[in-house]
Amino acid sequence: MKAAPFAYMHPESLEQALEALTQHGADAKLIAGGQSLVPMMAIRLTRPACLVDVNRLPELRGITAAGPQHLRTGATTRQRDLQEHLELARLVPLIGAALHWVGHVQTRNRGTVGGSLVHADPAAELPLAALLLNARIHLRSQAMGERTVQASDFFISPMFTATGETECVTAIEWPVWDGPGIACAFEETATRQGDFAIAAAACQLQLDAAGICRRAAVGLGGMAGTPLAFPDLAGKLVGQRVTRAPARDIAEVAVRRTDPGSDLHADPEYRRHLAAVLLTRVLLRAAATAAPALVA
Amino acid sequence: MTQGPATPAAPAHATVAITVNGRLHHRTVEPRTTLVDFLRETLGLTGSHVGCEHDVCGACAVLLDGDPVRACCIFAVQADGMSVTTVEGLAPERGEFSALQDAFCEAHALQCGYCTPGMLIACHDLLARNPNPDEEAIREAIGGNLCRCTGYQQIVDAVELAAAGKVAVHG
Amino acid sequence: MADAPRDPAYVAFRYVGRKHRAVEHRRFVTGQGRYAADIQPLGLLHVAVVASPHASARILSIDTSAALAVPGVQAVLTGEEMNPNLEPMLPGVDAPKVKRYPLAQGVVRYAGEWVVAVVAETRAIAEDVSELVEIEYEQLPHVMDPERAIEPGAPLVHPAHGSNVIFRRVFTWGPVAQDCAAADHQLSYRVRWGRSSTVPMETFVVTCDWNDATGPLDVWASIQMPKYPDLLARCLRPSGNAVRVHFDVDVGGSYGVKRGLKHSILVGYLARMLGRPVRFLEDRIENMRGGDMQGPDRIFDVTLAFDTDSTVRSMRMRAVDDIGAYSGRAPLQLGKPVGAVVGPYRIKSVEYDAVSVMTNKTPQEAVRGFGQSPTNYALETRMDRVARFLGLDRVELRRRNMIRKHEFPYLIPSGTTYDSGDYEAVLDKALAAAGHQDLLRERDALRRKGMLAGIGISTCLEPSGGNSAFEPLFNPKNLTTTWMDSCLVRVDLNGAITAIMATSTSDQAHETLVSTCVGEVLHRDPDSIRVIHADSLGALPSNSLVGSRMAIMLGGAAAGAARKLRDKLIRIVAHNMEVPEDSIEWEGGDAVLRDDPTRRLGRDLLVEIAHRRYHQMPEGMEPGLQEKFVWEVPTGGMMPTADSKVQMYPCYSFESHVVLASIDPETARSP
Repeated sequence: MKAAPFAYMHPESLEQALEALTQHGADAKLIAGGQSLVPMMAIRLTRPACLVDVNRLPELRGITAAGPQHLRTGATTRQRDLQEHLELARLVPLIGAALHWVGHVQTRNRGTVGGSLVHADPAAELPLAALLLNARIHLRSQAMGERTVQASDFFISPMFTATGETECVTAIEWPVWDGPGIACAFEETATRQGDFAIAAAACQLQLDAAGICRRAAVGLGGMAGTPLAFPDLAGKLVGQRVTRAPARDIAEVAVRRTDPGSDLHADPEYRRHLAAVLLTRVLLRAAATAAPALVA
Repeated sequence: MTQGPATPAAPAHATVAITVNGRLHHRTVEPRTTLVDFLRETLGLTGSHVGCEHDVCGACAVLLDGDPVRACCIFAVQADGMSVTTVEGLAPERGEFSALQDAFCEAHALQCGYCTPGMLIACHDLLARNPNPDEEAIREAIGGNLCRCTGYQQIVDAVELAAAGKVAVHG
Repeated sequence: MADAPRDPAYVAFRYVGRKHRAVEHRRFVTGQGRYAADIQPLGLLHVAVVASPHASARILSIDTSAALAVPGVQAVLTGEEMNPNLEPMLPGVDAPKVKRYPLAQGVVRYAGEWVVAVVAETRAIAEDVSELVEIEYEQLPHVMDPERAIEPGAPLVHPAHGSNVIFRRVFTWGPVAQDCAAADHQLSYRVRWGRSSTVPMETFVVTCDWNDATGPLDVWASIQMPKYPDLLARCLRPSGNAVRVHFDVDVGGSYGVKRGLKHSILVGYLARMLGRPVRFLEDRIENMRGGDMQGPDRIFDVTLAFDTDSTVRSMRMRAVDDIGAYSGRAPLQLGKPVGAVVGPYRIKSVEYDAVSVMTNKTPQEAVRGFGQSPTNYALETRMDRVARFLGLDRVELRRRNMIRKHEFPYLIPSGTTYDSGDYEAVLDKALAAAGHQDLLRERDALRRKGMLAGIGISTCLEPSGGNSAFEPLFNPKNLTTTWMDSCLVRVDLNGAITAIMATSTSDQAHETLVSTCVGEVLHRDPDSIRVIHADSLGALPSNSLVGSRMAIMLGGAAAGAARKLRDKLIRIVAHNMEVPEDSIEWEGGDAVLRDDPTRRLGRDLLVEIAHRRYHQMPEGMEPGLQEKFVWEVPTGGMMPTADSKVQMYPCYSFESHVVLASIDPETARSP
């Protein structure tokens, strides 16, 4: 299980990295954490001729405020650094809730936030979180310079995103929900803890003091070629209490819009069933966390 | 997922300088050499084990600049200029045990020993960050390490033993 | 002396039965183990294999030209080139037409079967090259279902054998028809045991080195297999002493499955062909596809005859085992359960129809328990059915049928005597340890919360001290009645003790076992005793670790060798003190006169006499201090009787399990 041969570059600046991408195009592949890429190379599912290592670029790393409404995570910020960042946990709790399901300590020490998004496994957790909150993904290339893509436009099909061949994801800006009564929940079923999900569900809610939903976002992972968000269904929760009946209704409508695959572990019917169960559960759990006294 | 030719022109080898267990090694490697193959086959440090080679089992875990990582999923060229600690480097002195190594022996936290290097790396990191972990924290820390002999309970016991300082380090 | 024993039964012992660290663990926790993959001779070449993607196909052509053109390639080998120079690997049962070679020739019989081996300067190059081998197949009909495989007209996995049934025998032990007719009730049902596997952390690895001038073929392998050196030599066709297997390697988990004979034949062949050291270190894909870790795959049809008072009188059991495309010892996994076919119960007569079937699945290997676990499962689920039928508590039903403590030794219908047991006591212990009443409440609470919850109870036997008595039972041409093991103990001129065992420690701390037993007999600290592993040419007779046997067999051999050594020392003492041998006691390594403890002969002087002072030794005694003991299994030495009864293993350890399991009905997963 050895990777096919490749050339290795480790640029010292983002400009050098972009230059390498411009030169080599489809033959080149960026490597950050490598926790999905290297196993795929080992099994020879992918065989880039050239690896461009962006691990040494400080400008791609770090967690900073980006105005009052966003938190910015550099593309190669390690998943474990995200997990241990207190400010991030307070401002964008959904990231931590998602990371609870991502790999293990050893993979999170290498795995990066940008790498996970651009790898775009349809069952991966961070892409679902990014889509749910509609994060802004910053891309850069020599040809197009800087541009920003909303998560809703970013995920195109399995392992395929809006990132161009010569582009590098530089940062992700996560919307920060403001005010009291905010809670999120993330649940999944996987063959083993740490594996990609058979089905995953996530939500973020804001309830007012009376327990009425004021803002909502819901989504599913592993249920189509990309993660799925349902802003219209989330909108139906606004103005009402998040109890079992509406939660279940939304979940059932949502899973009818999915297109899950079939494999050794689960057929589409079971995946839909799971997704409906999990989505109902995350809604009730988030509601209970946001306004515990009211939902009891 | 390109189906390129299986053997394009052999790429140039790269020179790396990697500090392993406190000693600096300069070597020339093929870029596709993983860190664990570099440790085992190039440096002859066979303590780190290869179980799956694709990011599943944790037997190859080492500390890279202090953090536990899987050495089968990092190419040696990526570790250039970095510092690696393997199981061979965990004891304070030659012929001695760390408290954790001692506790593993005391609690019979191993049988065949193949997963043990990765387990020790994971648990050393845990205790360095959290000197008094509860069972849940221990199981979370070894969640990425498979063991086929023990059923894990004795490993949990050993970490608790080491954390409680209940082993006399007898090396 | 070590800590106090945990059980008073061990008070009489110094080291046996007391908490002690394993000597092997020292090297494992410091990264100083020596696993087969750690052995890297200079000039080592590396193997990768090309495997069949089809379950059943004819090989039309193999084009290796592109592969051979790659720099760094040393060889690309096909079965057609290699197999005529080998003896086939034969099954454990009498089916000589079911031949197996490391590489397929003509046809492939399962997806994953090796077709071509590639050798290169590095493993990475070997993998590059393996992608360039072009193999053209024509797919053939296949069969995956063992019951379909035994129907007429099913595709034959080995047409030369004439049938997909590689072994079938109906054993009748006792008056089954009579007992069934006389019983109040009969209940029939089917139990399915799905294929399981025991995948070790370490894949299989073998390194071979050949030297034209000196021979022999040196072999380092992560092996756990009886008679491996002899089988390897026979298949490779040199004389037995032209193969030297080094057993001083650690094995990274085996659980019965490290039986890489096909790997070893291939690598041995390549090492001789190329005159270079060659290694095949399976990657996980080769490991999983090649099989070698898959276990029994059975359909049981069981009929129980029992009375209203809950006495189970008789059993008919048909076991159809799907062994996959080739047969190693897999069919014999239907044989081990013969020695515990009634489990812990007083069932008076049994009919056992053992059917071993070949399909186009990955072959089975010997897997931990060697076929006993599925039989235990069939037995125990059956007891639950009877309890349900009779409306009786299942613990009570078990109690009423269990062999009682005072009935041991107990002869079961298939001819095996259980040595000892107290099944009710272990069941009670398990129920108490699990808090059975609390567990019932917990189960009910889970059910009230909407979970599916249930408690499983079982009492099982684990036959121990493997004697392989199923070999002659399952193969009339096999007259094996010994399954010996041995140990050699020596004391050097400085008084230090070294013990030599015959095989590798195979991940089970056998060095600690040997040093504990030798230390016990000679009154020496086990940690001061070094245990080493003979290679197969410096070997001792052994059958390695199979059938849960080493504590009994290697422990017995080590103690036996130590006793011979102690007896020799006592003879020297008696000679020098001019006292009878039986007047001397062994005390902390010194010899003491029982009636006059002031008269003693110290260890150092004894060693000095044995090694240097021939004039002080009894006449005719060999000088030096070195003794070997070969121990035969306590129940060995007997062929099956004409009515197919056999004494299987010497020890029948027993266990009870109580498990609460719950499933979330909404997700169908365990929470």
